[in-house]
Amino acid sequence: MNKRANIAGLAYRGRTASIGFAHGPFVLVEGAANGERIAGAPSDEEDALRAALVSAGGRIAALAMAAGGDAAQILEFQVALLEDEDLLGPVFAAIAEGRPAHLAWSCALDEQIADYKSAADEYLQARSSDLADLRDRVLRTLRGGGNESLGIPGGAVICADDLPPSQFLEIDWSRGGGLALFRGSPTSHVAMLARARGIPMIVQLGSVSQRAKTALLDGESATLELDPTSEQVGQFERLRDSHQRNRASARAILRRPAASWGGEKIRLLINIQRVDDLDHADAQYADGIGLMRTEFLLGGEAGLPDEDTQYRAYDSVLRWAGKRPVTIRTFDAGGDKPVPGFTIDGEANPFLGVRGLRLCLARPDIFAVQLRALARAGVRGNLKVMFPMVTTPDELEAGRRLFVDAVAQLQSEGIAATLPDVGIMVEVPAAALSVECFDAPFFSIGSNDLAQYVTACDRTNGSLASLIDPLHPAMLSLIKHVTDHARRAGSGVSLCGDMAGDPRCIPALLTCGLRELSVNPSALALVKQTIDGLSHGGAGV
Amino acid sequence: MTLETHEPNGQVITRSVRLVHEAGMHARPAVKLTKLAKKFQAQISIRASNAADWINAKSVAKVMALRAARDSILEIKASGEDAEGAVAALVDLVAADFPDTGP
Repeated sequence: MNKRANIAGLAYRGRTASIGFAHGPFVLVEGAANGERIAGAPSDEEDALRAALVSAGGRIAALAMAAGGDAAQILEFQVALLEDEDLLGPVFAAIAEGRPAHLAWSCALDEQIADYKSAADEYLQARSSDLADLRDRVLRTLRGGGNESLGIPGGAVICADDLPPSQFLEIDWSRGGGLALFRGSPTSHVAMLARARGIPMIVQLGSVSQRAKTALLDGESATLELDPTSEQVGQFERLRDSHQRNRASARAILRRPAASWGGEKIRLLINIQRVDDLDHADAQYADGIGLMRTEFLLGGEAGLPDEDTQYRAYDSVLRWAGKRPVTIRTFDAGGDKPVPGFTIDGEANPFLGVRGLRLCLARPDIFAVQLRALARAGVRGNLKVMFPMVTTPDELEAGRRLFVDAVAQLQSEGIAATLPDVGIMVEVPAAALSVECFDAPFFSIGSNDLAQYVTACDRTNGSLASLIDPLHPAMLSLIKHVTDHARRAGSGVSLCGDMAGDPRCIPALLTCGLRELSVNPSALALVKQTIDGLSHGGAGV
Repeated sequence: MTLETHEPNGQVITRSVRLVHEAGMHARPAVKLTKLAKKFQAQISIRASNAADWINAKSVAKVMALRAARDSILEIKASGEDAEGAVAALVDLVAADFPDTGP
């Protein structure tokens, strides 16, 4: 054991699949045991597999009956596979040729699993765990073990590589508990089940190298803490209690049609990092998407994304939004987001370097692919596009010219395309101070970078945290200047930085004249509640 | 009966339908489609339009492997005694977006 593993309170971070908090005994569920099995004659092997299929089918059907609803529908897929002659035919043929039953079965299923895993669609990829679930259940039965339950205590924080839906349903969740997976996906069936039952769940933790007695699972911030100190437990409980109080009242407010303040409607939009952020339970209550970041497209192993890959991502977000507005920001690479093959290496000061729109204009070949994908997606819905890190009106015009060219090129190729509204992020102080020089239909204030440049504080340097205050009078003065201009000019204006999701900052933003805020989906309820509190005789104005 | 015992009675029925399901041919629609297909004696095949191969509409693994996306056109073909009813029922199921029915 290394020294690190002995430190109490080791924390891990993953992705949220289902929100909520759990504090309980830590249980690690290991993968299927690879016990030896001695094969018999082909006819015995055939009988053994038939018996295992019947037994597994019966158990799954019983689980489906007990669970009902969504869970039953999910398990029906497994039952249907057990009755699929096209799937079983080759398995029994292999057994007749002398293959042991467990090998014939697992080969056939592994082939299917590999096929699903290679699918481009995350939904189909997630189906591979349903098939692995079925494979392992039948194998356990063949080995004479397994249809039995896992014997997990109630209220436990369960940790596993990936947990299949039928195992989820075998667990007694009546006393709460939580689920932490090293891999897994927020779109898996087990994540749907966890959300439906209000079981907190986080996925993609990587690996957890340590055994523990107890664990804290925070589904809001996607963290897992093992063998917490009493101090950590105290903090966790305070956080949990305040979240529960807030969520109970905030969620009720969320369902009301619109936030308003001083008689004016406040539009609340969401920021997303990637397409599946839309799976967040509260995303549906947003008035639109105020910022879709596109840098996630640059993170693939296959290099820079092609036009169709980008188009599919943009199109799926527009389809989700329907008539609601969607603002997509073009690549904001550089600064603290280097991308091999795109950003410029070795800059002495990357935050002040060739980043955002500056980089896209320097690499028109890469930019053109994104503009083409956006122009095609724009046909679908209410798309707006914004450029990041704009300093002068010339840059906006240069970017817009490339966009116009991309649309003309697509149309000459006979491909449906449209030029969306093109606005700018206001995050460079020069742009904020001279906002009236920009001919843009909308402005989106990026308060994180604006604060960094206004206060001359590297926002990644923790020791400057107290200086980089978003409520600095200089910040509020710039925000008011931009908002006043936009309202006079009839342009749209919103704010999409962390300030918008911070209840402490909201009164000041409303006072500056902002009526449109874009926040992370998990902050939506709290922001709406804060605005509601201000409108009803709170500390506002 | 004729001597051609492997040849089903009646002609081959083929119809097309647009897949309107939001998520495409995913697990739940595939289960519903194959369950319904199995209620018929007819031999039933399905393919996404323009695909070369017909696949067995009673196999959930094969139907999922179609990877049919939303708005793709599905062709459904059946031969056998109840072929006409089978094709009509399956086309209705897809066109009505796989409604929930009783157990």
